[in-house]
Amino acid sequence: MGRTLAEKVWEQHVVRRAEGEPDLLYIDLHLVHEVTSPQAFDGLRMAGRGVRRPDLTIATEDHNVPTVLGPITDPVSKTQVETLRKNCAEFGVRLHPMGDAGQGVVHIIGPQFGLTQPGMTIVCGDSHTSTHGAFGAIAFGIGTSEVEHVLATQTLPAYRPKTMAIEVSGELPVGVTAKDLILAIIAKIGTGGGQGYIVEYRGEAIRKLSMEGRMTVCNMSIEAGARAGLIAPDETTFAYLKGRPHAPAGERWDAAVAYWKSLATDEDAVFDTVVEIDASTLTPFVTWGTNPGQGAPLGGAVPAPEETGDPAAARRALEYMDLTPGTPLREIQVDTVFVGSCTNGRLEDLRAAAEVLRGRRVVTRTLIVPGSMLVKLQAEQEGLHEVFKAAGAEWREAGCSMCLGMNPDTLAPGERSASTSNRNFEGRQGKGGRTHLVSPAVAAATAVTGKLTAPADLAQEI
Amino acid sequence: MEAFTTHTGRAVPLRRSNVDTDQIIPAVWLKQVSRTGFEKGLFSAWREDPEFILNQPAYQGASILVSGPDFGTGSSREHAVWALQQYGFRVVIAERFGDIFRNNATKMGLLPVVLPAGTVEALQTAAEADPELEVTVDLGERQVRWGGESAGFEIDDYTRWRLMEGLDDIGLTLRNADDIAAYENGRQPWLPTTV
Repeated sequence: MGRTLAEKVWEQHVVRRAEGEPDLLYIDLHLVHEVTSPQAFDGLRMAGRGVRRPDLTIATEDHNVPTVLGPITDPVSKTQVETLRKNCAEFGVRLHPMGDAGQGVVHIIGPQFGLTQPGMTIVCGDSHTSTHGAFGAIAFGIGTSEVEHVLATQTLPAYRPKTMAIEVSGELPVGVTAKDLILAIIAKIGTGGGQGYIVEYRGEAIRKLSMEGRMTVCNMSIEAGARAGLIAPDETTFAYLKGRPHAPAGERWDAAVAYWKSLATDEDAVFDTVVEIDASTLTPFVTWGTNPGQGAPLGGAVPAPEETGDPAAARRALEYMDLTPGTPLREIQVDTVFVGSCTNGRLEDLRAAAEVLRGRRVVTRTLIVPGSMLVKLQAEQEGLHEVFKAAGAEWREAGCSMCLGMNPDTLAPGERSASTSNRNFEGRQGKGGRTHLVSPAVAAATAVTGKLTAPADLAQEI
Repeated sequence: MEAFTTHTGRAVPLRRSNVDTDQIIPAVWLKQVSRTGFEKGLFSAWREDPEFILNQPAYQGASILVSGPDFGTGSSREHAVWALQQYGFRVVIAERFGDIFRNNATKMGLLPVVLPAGTVEALQTAAEADPELEVTVDLGERQVRWGGESAGFEIDDYTRWRLMEGLDDIGLTLRNADDIAAYENGRQPWLPTTV
């Protein structure tokens, strides 16, 4: 019987297999940031252990960093970032600190450097590590105990998850993006639907996505509960990788491409579960509740709790969100718009927002935060920052920003956002803040009207 | 890791689904670089409500949390496990757990117990009727017992053994250092390094 992409990559990384034990899996790349690593480095020190493969490890500062120029003023954040610097110096780990041209959100810089490649195993003390699956890698988030384990051994003991295929047939209609697709998938299978699975996204609509769109889809696999999400590498993948600083070159490139092509799921392979979605029926999608599965098409209305799969949770969510069933989603007023994060902080996302904002003015506080310093540079070379500034939006430095309340970019209690990030949990963007997850295009259109809006709605107004 | 064999304690019913790790410990608490002091952050936003179950005097000192489904979804933060343990919990019971949370819990000796929805509901109802109810979680027997009732749960043999012995995973893996070195010699030549 044939094997799936996930099975092939997994088998290639089994260091040791024994009856009744989890596989010992080799890790090709370990990404590190300041929040989930200090206690792991402490553990190494206490046990007198070193980092086994600093040459397969890379660190950046992202969660705590302010996105306006200047030093970190919060003393606790400052200590955490300084601790990472000390640890990286002591253990010989490459670090891209604030202000460095290579700095950025951990899941943006890996692909950008060409460090994320097909067929690899990639981990990070961060649940959105699933992003890297867009290249056909098995990439997943781990906790701090496992971070310490990988630092010390470059391996992890793990049971191979089950396999799920999400078959996305048809084409995404004009104006419907990768973000709308993944929000619709999560609403369909639920926040626990992917638990225990590695999801492979397949089908015509997936093949037609750019690498950046694929990263957006894989990024939110965790929001459906999946251990990881991945997409078979193809010509789009190879074209993205070729020439990047850490991509193979010359004969090695040819050998690598030949191997990468062999990774695709065999025709006779069988998945444990198959989910089917028709992309051509999708429209812009937004969330109304406090978990990423509580979403609906923008053309719809706030549901009545009884209409949902979990009425008690919906009731609590509507109370927290201060929403009334039956209210058209397009009538929801927001105070702040955030474009950025590891979900939607890449160049194409900024282009999509700029296209909507060109020649228009925002009526809300609007933060545009590039995912890395390189994304910032590229956007500025294209003049996107001028479009944002002319529209009245704030053009910021790279970081996690308003995706989570660990840095100065937060919502005030009761404040409502349209956000291109990945989580609408209670208080995620600041205590008492209310989050609607949206695509970059919807975020930009919302900034123009002050209500949840699709770009197509704006076109009609002109 | 603290070994886990059998634990008897009182249970707190948390009737909420999708208790994500941002609720268990909000991000503002993650700035600490130590491993201690996280009990203050446990459910810190929800604890501001005097009606919240953990604020009720009857449940003070309880050590078994009985939650709705999809407990520990979202962020990978192991701080969620530390906060639960440092507050005094030894066991969390739910119908489903977030994968990363469950992994983190078993690395630290906090036992995640999966029971069917109906059994979770029965246990919650029993703990609401009698907050003094004693619940025993027996890892050796893979069984939860309370007030004359009992329910079996599944956990793989390896994780059960590691928890019962309180073993350090890194120490176990380093016994296989030769296998790791052998694997490293055969890695594909084009794989990237960060140097």
